[in-house]
Amino acid sequence: MRKVQNMTIVSQRSIAKNIYEIVLSGDLVQGMFQAGQFVNIKINEVAYPLLRRPISICEINQTLNQFTMIYRAEGEGTKLLSQKKSGEQVNILGPLGTGFDIDEIQQDETVILVGGGIGVPPMYEMAKRLHAKGNKVIAVLGFASSCDVFYEEEFKVYAEVHIATMDGSQGFKGNVVQLINEKNLTFDWIYGCGPKVMLEAIERQFGQTKKGYLSFEERMACGIGACYACVCQRNDGKMARVCKEGPVFKLGEVLL
Amino acid sequence: MNRLAVELPGLSLKNPVIPASGCFGFGREFAEYYDLSRLGSIMIKAATDEARVGNPTPRVAETPGGMLNAIGLQNPGVDKIIEHELPFLEQYDLPIIANVAGKTLDEYVTVAKKISKAPNVKALEINISCPNVKEGGIAFGTDANVAAELTKAIKEVSSVPVYIKLSPNVTNVVEIAKAVESAGADGITMINTLLGMRFDMKTGKPILANGTGGLSGPAIKPVALRMIHDVYKAVNIPIIGMGGIETAEDVLEFFYAGASAVAVGTANFINPYACVDIIDRLPEVLDKYGFEKLSDATGFAHK
Repeated sequence: MRKVQNMTIVSQRSIAKNIYEIVLSGDLVQGMFQAGQFVNIKINEVAYPLLRRPISICEINQTLNQFTMIYRAEGEGTKLLSQKKSGEQVNILGPLGTGFDIDEIQQDETVILVGGGIGVPPMYEMAKRLHAKGNKVIAVLGFASSCDVFYEEEFKVYAEVHIATMDGSQGFKGNVVQLINEKNLTFDWIYGCGPKVMLEAIERQFGQTKKGYLSFEERMACGIGACYACVCQRNDGKMARVCKEGPVFKLGEVLL
Repeated sequence: MNRLAVELPGLSLKNPVIPASGCFGFGREFAEYYDLSRLGSIMIKAATDEARVGNPTPRVAETPGGMLNAIGLQNPGVDKIIEHELPFLEQYDLPIIANVAGKTLDEYVTVAKKISKAPNVKALEINISCPNVKEGGIAFGTDANVAAELTKAIKEVSSVPVYIKLSPNVTNVVEIAKAVESAGADGITMINTLLGMRFDMKTGKPILANGTGGLSGPAIKPVALRMIHDVYKAVNIPIIGMGGIETAEDVLEFFYAGASAVAVGTANFINPYACVDIIDRLPEVLDKYGFEKLSDATGFAHK
């Protein structure tokens, strides 16, 4: 089967400031098995925008043959995507990349999921899976301000949820790592996705003491490992491709 | 009769569609999508003597109808390529075109000598046109005498035919083409990317960490066609044409301008099946424009 397909938009709605939730339907969903992977989207059939847009998978529903993505309408490509209506089609390539490994987690262990802004979505499928596995799940979700917050209630179904905003307009005032420290949250595993400063803070604080994984972001072209645009350097000096070996890497694996 | 077959020095290709160097790695990623034996050939990612880590990120920026890249020739080095990558490609019915780069004439010669001995390498493509490295690359491709000297040196050591990859970032591409032809080049591949820049609107700084990058994609197609057209008139060695090819019609248009085969680059990033989709549609396009076989279309614009 081709890994490229026109998928139908089931629904699309705005869930926070410039943040959209889109549900797509099609057979590619049957190949989605792992949280933390992404798809690469061709927004239009015309040459502009030329490149696909990589967006992380937020939720997989193989029974309904649907998956959900949450994205920020920021550049021209995502703005165009946000104008699409249900029933329309978009061309999807995926699933791509290496997602979060959860096999090593023991049932009696506590897992903390840390999402920053548009890094929150992949943590949702994670929360679902870990909850199904029987683990205690804590979700620490960080945003700039209260108008940016999304999926708080959705996460509560599967996790103990803590919200942090930089301006203090909702929940804890400060960043996610400060929240973990202030509230003395204890855990065995940490999984993070968000801006580089957040990943760096997680690495500094927990890199030596905890087990876990971080999901990275980088400008991509092909999304399948061929163009070498989205590389990062590993601590052993070797280069890795964020789209292929990543976007998820072990805590401590990537030079930050 | 295979209507798509083309014959070039060192290369008997079942079809003229070749993924362009730097856009296809060493084939492994695309082997997950389709049988690589369906391709005419592969121009593998540039090899240098030592491994290179390439440029800092961001390495790509989008532009209207195109993209800028500044990867910087990241590759594991020629020895690793011969040891790990070329043997992987031996399972496919596929002549390989090995792209050769270097900082110095000696490095080019060393790499060319080594890689031309690999059993499945049937031709070399000499990259004298990479705009994204500080030393070598384009420095060898913008001066006719330097390009000729390099061509001669590589011809002396190569076990297979040598194609020179020309840069569009020159005043007179015909002069360079004629110089490398006189120096013994068996063919020409053209065009490499056009040097460009984009700036971040908030910071005023270049988007690419390297500052400048090479423009590719459909935006450069007319530039490529014009240059191939001009070079075809001036030389008697075959041209492998590239620059923004996305469709089977594009392939035929490049043949009209003077190409004897084509390379597909950026289109692979948008549609991983781009090359096989083009191959599948080519017979239909030949019918539409009245060509019995594709090779009849080479230079049609000049007739």
